[in-house]
Amino acid sequence: MGRSIVITSGKGGVGKTTATANLGTALAKMGKSVALVDADIGLRNLDVVMGLESRVVYTSMDVIEGKCELKKALVTDRRIPNLKLLAASQKANKEDISPEQMKEICGKLKEEFDYVLIDSPAGIERGFKNAAAGAEEAIVITTPDVAAVRDADKIIGLLQNEGIQNPGLILNRFSPQMVKKGDMLSQEDVLEILAIELLGIVPEDKNILISSNRGLPLMLNTRSIAAEAFNRIARKLEGEEVDFQDIIEPEGLIAKIRRLFGKNGRG
Amino acid sequence: MILDRILKFLRKQPESRQIAKSRLKLVIIQDRTGVDPEIIDVLKEEMLKLLSKYFEINTEGVEVDLHREDESVALVANIPILSMKTRKIQPEEPVRAES
Repeated sequence: MGRSIVITSGKGGVGKTTATANLGTALAKMGKSVALVDADIGLRNLDVVMGLESRVVYTSMDVIEGKCELKKALVTDRRIPNLKLLAASQKANKEDISPEQMKEICGKLKEEFDYVLIDSPAGIERGFKNAAAGAEEAIVITTPDVAAVRDADKIIGLLQNEGIQNPGLILNRFSPQMVKKGDMLSQEDVLEILAIELLGIVPEDKNILISSNRGLPLMLNTRSIAAEAFNRIARKLEGEEVDFQDIIEPEGLIAKIRRLFGKNGRG
Repeated sequence: MILDRILKFLRKQPESRQIAKSRLKLVIIQDRTGVDPEIIDVLKEEMLKLLSKYFEINTEGVEVDLHREDESVALVANIPILSMKTRKIQPEEPVRAES
């Protein structure tokens, strides 16, 4: 029996889909079997971020309507065969799926896969409730700004209402330089406000945009600092003790040069 | 550019990080307790009405806010008093219907 984890944030645009794609890829590269579920019915994006948009034939809606078997609806990532995607319908609405149906689908996937990662839509309405219904654990992702942290606090409360306690936190788009200048909330600030466990910190990294342009999960594309961060988050999910300190140190020149030559000592 | 830095240093503006943190703490308390900022305004008016019976108050400087103290939420009121009112005040007696 695997783990089902919803990745959620309340606010849009903080990196839920990117985190789902990259965390899934990182776990799959570690040898785990992973199913990614796009719960953003009507506004699906996980397929295009993964570069699998041309391969989607069936969606979770087709499974619910009995048009195809769950196994048949899963798209395999050819680059990593143990990574699968269950796409959302682009034509249906959030209300066309019930929390119970989502729970049933994710329950079945959990029997087959080590990890079921559910990409939640933004908002606190039905779409969020559907996504949370399929999960037993949660990852709350936020960026270090007032709007995203406020919404993260709200979503932590709503997850509790859905019976999901102790979500892990991913702090995304973190800029050590700005924190140093006193112009960005630090990880301590965010943790003090939200009072949940830190799962990981992902620094701001232009490679995220570049790899989504190419439709390649970051892990398959570059040795970027954000890729390293997602690798560590994956290891932490697996129960390893992981440190993020060197990732959030403002990068010095020597570290930059070392990284250019691939001797970053971070792996 | 150096002049800018010197001016910035002299003005000693609080770091935007600190401003963000304190604003967030406050707004999250409001979100968590479900206290509407409008209710705080009404409360402020009523407190002032009551307190003005006893004190001359500088209404310009009045601050009434919710603050987080560790795990709990406190109502903190800062009400500058100009002077004590000297006339004797009769406490309002509840009206009793006597037959």
